[in-house]
Amino acid sequence: MKKIRPIAALAAGLVATTGLAACGGGSGGSNKGAGYNAATDKVINQSDKKGGTLRFAISDDFDSPDPGNTYYAWSQNFVRLYGRGLLTFKPAAGSESNQVVPDLAQGPGTPSDGGKTWTYKLRSGVKYDDGTPVTSKDVKYAVERSNFTDELQLGPKYFKAYLQDNTPAYKGPYKDKSPQGLKSIETPDDSTVIFHLSKPFSEFDYLVGMAQTIPVPQAKDKGLKYEQAIVSSGPYKIDSYQRGKSMTLSRNPNWDPSTDPIRKALPDRIELQLKQSGDDIDNRLLAGSLDVDAAGVGVQSGTQGKLLSDQTKKANTDNPLQGYLRFASMNLHVAPLDNVHCRRAVQYATDKVAMQSAYGGPLAGGDVATTILPPSIVGYTKFDKYPQKYKQGGGLDDSTLAQAKSELQQCGKPTGFKTKISARSDRPKEVAMAQAMQQGLKQVGIQTEIVQYPAGDYFNKYVGAPKFVHDNGVGIMLMAWSADWPTGYGFLSQILDGRAIKPSGGNNLPEENNQKINDLFDQAIGNTDKEARAKIYGQIDQMAMDDAVDIPIIYAKALLYRPPNVTNVGITQGYGGMYDYLNMGVKK
Amino acid sequence: MPRIVFAYLIRRLIGAVIMLLIVSVVVFGIFFGIPKLVGQTNDQLAASFVGKAPTAEAIAQTKHRLNLDKPIWVQYGKWIQGVVAGQDFNNGPSKEHCSAPCFGYSFKNNQAVLPQLEDRAPATLSLAAGAAIIWLLSGVATGILSALKRGSIWDRAAMVIALAGVSLPIYFTGLLSMQIFSYNLDVLPGGGSYVPFSQNPGTWFQSLILPWITLAFLYAATYARLTRAGMLETLGEDYIRTARAKGLAERAVIAKHALRSTLTPILTVFGMDLGLLLGGAVLTEHTFGIPGLGQLSIDGIVGNDLPVVLGVTLVAALFIVVANLIVDLLYAVIDPRVRLG
Repeated sequence: MKKIRPIAALAAGLVATTGLAACGGGSGGSNKGAGYNAATDKVINQSDKKGGTLRFAISDDFDSPDPGNTYYAWSQNFVRLYGRGLLTFKPAAGSESNQVVPDLAQGPGTPSDGGKTWTYKLRSGVKYDDGTPVTSKDVKYAVERSNFTDELQLGPKYFKAYLQDNTPAYKGPYKDKSPQGLKSIETPDDSTVIFHLSKPFSEFDYLVGMAQTIPVPQAKDKGLKYEQAIVSSGPYKIDSYQRGKSMTLSRNPNWDPSTDPIRKALPDRIELQLKQSGDDIDNRLLAGSLDVDAAGVGVQSGTQGKLLSDQTKKANTDNPLQGYLRFASMNLHVAPLDNVHCRRAVQYATDKVAMQSAYGGPLAGGDVATTILPPSIVGYTKFDKYPQKYKQGGGLDDSTLAQAKSELQQCGKPTGFKTKISARSDRPKEVAMAQAMQQGLKQVGIQTEIVQYPAGDYFNKYVGAPKFVHDNGVGIMLMAWSADWPTGYGFLSQILDGRAIKPSGGNNLPEENNQKINDLFDQAIGNTDKEARAKIYGQIDQMAMDDAVDIPIIYAKALLYRPPNVTNVGITQGYGGMYDYLNMGVKK
Repeated sequence: MPRIVFAYLIRRLIGAVIMLLIVSVVVFGIFFGIPKLVGQTNDQLAASFVGKAPTAEAIAQTKHRLNLDKPIWVQYGKWIQGVVAGQDFNNGPSKEHCSAPCFGYSFKNNQAVLPQLEDRAPATLSLAAGAAIIWLLSGVATGILSALKRGSIWDRAAMVIALAGVSLPIYFTGLLSMQIFSYNLDVLPGGGSYVPFSQNPGTWFQSLILPWITLAFLYAATYARLTRAGMLETLGEDYIRTARAKGLAERAVIAKHALRSTLTPILTVFGMDLGLLLGGAVLTEHTFGIPGLGQLSIDGIVGNDLPVVLGVTLVAALFIVVANLIVDLLYAVIDPRVRLG
């Protein structure tokens, strides 16, 4: 499929240039768009009108639609139509959508024992689509099966990492048939569930906000085949799911809106077509025969021009942050980058604007970044430690280059030095970024060689393996990072905490192991005060930038199209800058 | 005569089984051998069936579950065993049995491979059969007309269109045809509208019109050129002159004498094209969102899904064997000089 893409994009571009696309107004033609970027910070086309069919399509398939066995962001967003976890992201747009709100639970978790014990009370009257009541035991079972079995391996394993384990280690409900199961999840009654963690963790509400707390009755669990027979606790039930083809949802007659204050459940029917051509999805969105591209990662490059050149169409687009940072890490053990001044010289001499253009420009690539935390993450603090100036026609200004040279002087390498830049060989845009970086660094005498490794093994075998990096002298490594939950801890802990350094498969590429930063992570996650935590994340970001270990390049963005007939449209940052699928409806 | 044909068929059948076995060994070898040459380990292979940032424990469990921790010949043996005697599959809380012939379970979606092939074959067959009829009829007809009116405007136009057909890729003609006929004129359904024949024959037909034509356009061109060249050559033969000289009607000369010998090589090409059609169907299915074998094969290859890749490859090989067999049998019908045996 990857092979087809560029040519298909070219073909789509040709279709556009023949002018045939110009009259593709479609069914929603009479509606005026709400405006460019209108849905990035508020929910637009607000409506309570029920009925109709909401049509999704995607070029991929689920990893699994089983809420316990899925990791994809769009899938976590989508499964909430047929499942209710303890908490979920607030159906809102902009920064509000970063908060988790009670869903199956009555309220957020009550921490005790210094943040090591979390208690949730379930709402009463919630039923499955077969009419049986949801109990706390089903939540416990759902967490056990999704985190502790050999079979379900596609989802996150945070509960396994943070919950106290049995002695001997718990083997999951398929092997361990004992009635108490995992002892650190207690269910004293049918509406209470208590989690015991091995260490304080103040952001536990974000973990239970993931789809894995969507209840599964043990009697209905079919393991790997559960994805074909999912029990619904949400407003919709699954009529059919066919791998690589489609999923259709219809109303769950046993869903009671009085138990569910956050869902509107507007459409009567929801269709999701899988494995559709990406270019055809865009054409159908524009023609009005499709409502949402479920992937939420933006239109194809051939479609971008079509949308931006036409003011009416542009008024139906959003260009949100995708919660991603593209950046370059410098390894602290590869000389001469073990010297902070040499790292700072690279910070100044990196032509971020050229790299941004290489990745697709401000719209499809993103904004030039100066911090490690993207602006859509809780804890983002705006600052710029290594301010750069650019010349009119492009390229770094002489004053910025002079600053880079002065850092080189302090590093003892006044004429520059040699190192390597790594990029993923099967990501042509990343390779193009490496080339742009190489050109910039050359201006101050830093000579670089670009080394390429396959994406599949990038972290397991190459840049994520410290020994490989040291042996091969890979000083600068390009990568991208997003968080599993949108806070500073979720974003930074895997890439800056010294304890996240692994012999292979790690993501702390610089091998940053600053005791002060490590301590701040512990302080933050043990602190139940949200504001205080957010402040610490900003501090960690600043300290890492003082150490100059990572060069932020771009805060990733994408161009999304919303047909004007779709209602309650807002960008959720909880799932990384895509439309929130919880309350969407269609105008007739 | 029937006994000879029967013996012939048996021989061909045995040959086909041996060929399919060889194909399966080769696919196994390529799947495991080539990635190893560039340094891929079984851990990395297993990691593609685990979620983001997997732990070493998760990889080890998955490797064990999919038998990737066993030597290749053991894995191949287990696969053959499944084909001959069936196999059990562990879903977690329960086991299920897949009876022989069992072509294994997908690494990616944990479903038995054979039902997936059976499920998707009708879409590909619908696409292939319809397109083949269209390209054969239109290609041969265009070729004959071009040959008879050689050098005319009609001939030149037909050959230019034929050239366009060979050179334009399906993802261009497919997207363009949908843009015009589905999204602008709204006369035919667009992408993703395929439904099985058994569900709604009317929609099935409508949704396949554009894919059929798009796919047929690619092949019709070759057939038009082939027919034209063949006809021109045949029409210059002595026996055609003789036929004309003995006063046969021109229609009979063309239809009975010239076309018949022109068709023999075309039939050969047709048999091979039909067998190899899976390749063309991949792009058509992708462009139009038709859930057929072509899409399954892409997903299998992209997803390192060996059992699915094996299944699709074997079906494709079977396709070629059967198509060639049919062509060989048809030779005997068209050309009386050909004898089976």
